Amino acid sequence: MKIEVNGEQRELTATNLGPALAELGWAEARVATALNGTFVPTAARDDTALSPGDRLEVLTAMQGG
Amino acid sequence: MRDFYGVSLKTPMMLGTARFPSPAVMEAAFSSSGASVATVSLRRERGEGQAFWDMVRGLGVHLLPNTAGCHSAREAITTAQMAREYFQTDWIKLEVIGNADTLQPDPFGLLEAAEALCADGFKVFPYTTEDQVVAGRLVDAGCRVLMPWGAPIGSGMGLNNVHGLRTLRAAFPDVAMVVDAGLGLPSHASEAMELGFDAILLNTAVAEANDPAAMARAFALATEAGALAAAAGPMHARDMAVPSTPVIGKAWL
Repeated sequence: MKIEVNGEQRELTATNLGPALAELGWAEARVATALNGTFVPTAARDDTALSPGDRLEVLTAMQGG
Repeated sequence: MRDFYGVSLKTPMMLGTARFPSPAVMEAAFSSSGASVATVSLRRERGEGQAFWDMVRGLGVHLLPNTAGCHSAREAITTAQMAREYFQTDWIKLEVIGNADTLQPDPFGLLEAAEALCADGFKVFPYTTEDQVVAGRLVDAGCRVLMPWGAPIGSGMGLNNVHGLRTLRAAFPDVAMVVDAGLGLPSHASEAMELGFDAILLNTAVAEANDPAAMARAFALATEAGALAAAAGPMHARDMAVPSTPVIGKAWL
């Protein structure tokens, strides 16, 4: 299915967030995730189903003021 | 010194991690200043996050994640939840921006987000204005720290409204307060501390100096001087001169 990942359209075979992150190459990455504007804790990723057109944000540490 | 949700800081200086010419220069600025808090942020993963995470952890300071760039309470709340998991802290520098030119806080969105986050167990450091009514509502919401601006973020103008800041300081004697944003020179930091504020938070003035490590040290010294002065009880300004040398005993010539 097609979903939006960090603002870009991606085609994924995974149907849940946990496997989707692995498919995107972030299986081991330290990231925080939000689906359609709602925070998804690490522990809930495997049980979070994806739907076509979902907006996924995958964030990491960055410099800030 | 008032504490920050039960944490006593070694030095009353909080330093941002953005805009430095290199990570090494940033580390030097933390080292030379002894800043005790580093502000950090979350952005889209592009492969550099792990290295930055490792570096800021190595600074050995408290981490204060921000919600910079958020323009709504909903965005800020989600960002705060993500930051809590990522940075493993319930501290959050809450920014809800209301105007793109001045980066002025949106007091309504700020209050909405502060209420939700305090109820969810966050220790909220709200970036706000010197408005006393907004401050009172934030305290009612559960904020035990307030971070009024000195001037717009990155402007370097110093304390734009000294009267307002002094009034705010006096109105909430038990609340820890940090002057956040707009500081350009060490003298601005001294002034903030002399007014009785508990810490300063700055970034651009250090990061964009020609020698950030030296400027960071200058801010640290100025902050310490201001804190000492505040604790020592400054005199009140007067309109008329008062001779410091005794008049009694002066010769009749």
